[in-house]
Amino acid sequence: MSKEVDGCVKPAGGPIAPPAPPQGPGMMMPQEAPRMNIARTGRPAPDFEANAYVAGQGFKNIKLSTYKGKWVVVCFYPGDFTFV
Amino acid sequence: MAAVAASYDQFKKLGVEFLAISVDSRFVHKIWQEEELSKMVDGGVPFPMLSDGGGRIGTVYGVYDEAAGVNIRGRFIIDPDGVIRAMEVLTAEVGRNPEELIRQLKAFQHVAATGEVTPSGWQPGQKTLKPGPDLVGKVWKEWKP
Repeated sequence: MSKEVDGCVKPAGGPIAPPAPPQGPGMMMPQEAPRMNIARTGRPAPDFEANAYVAGQGFKNIKLSTYKGKWVVVCFYPGDFTFV
Repeated sequence: MAAVAASYDQFKKLGVEFLAISVDSRFVHKIWQEEELSKMVDGGVPFPMLSDGGGRIGTVYGVYDEAAGVNIRGRFIIDPDGVIRAMEVLTAEVGRNPEELIRQLKAFQHVAATGEVTPSGWQPGQKTLKPGPDLVGKVWKEWKP
């Protein structure tokens, strides 16, 4: 296996806005910034992409939407080396 | 994190993928795994540890604390269609209970498969309810706390 190369800075998508709804003729609205979905139960989970560390695999980018078809638990926590 | 890692076999049996996410960089995740988590749990944390620098993802999920610059404890159950089925958000001082998470996952998988609904505190094997006109006003016959 070749040695993994990973730079100091690696872009990741962060939160990913859903595609804008198609604009029909006569609906020439001033261009708005893409609306971010906010997490709510019963609604689609906002997609995101992030740098990740995976034990045994090293560094890779993870995108939530590639997990479609599976049950997923996303778990936020305050920080590494914290106490609980 | 370590508590979830210790219950990881149960998540795997349910076919559930687990993603942990904090504002730490992937480099810090690696060293936390090697220096501490792997000493708490055999093999350490077997699931991806994601980096949310700047809390941009946490902001969209309503868990980013701007004053502290970290994501507070928030966990989200997402179904195979990508829909959020459950969310639980706690301030940092209280750790979570993987047993309750596993119970909820089993309940959501059960209702997704059967169309039944599960009463309070339901555990696999216990009575479920079949919603419909006949059940209105008659739940007391079927289920008591």
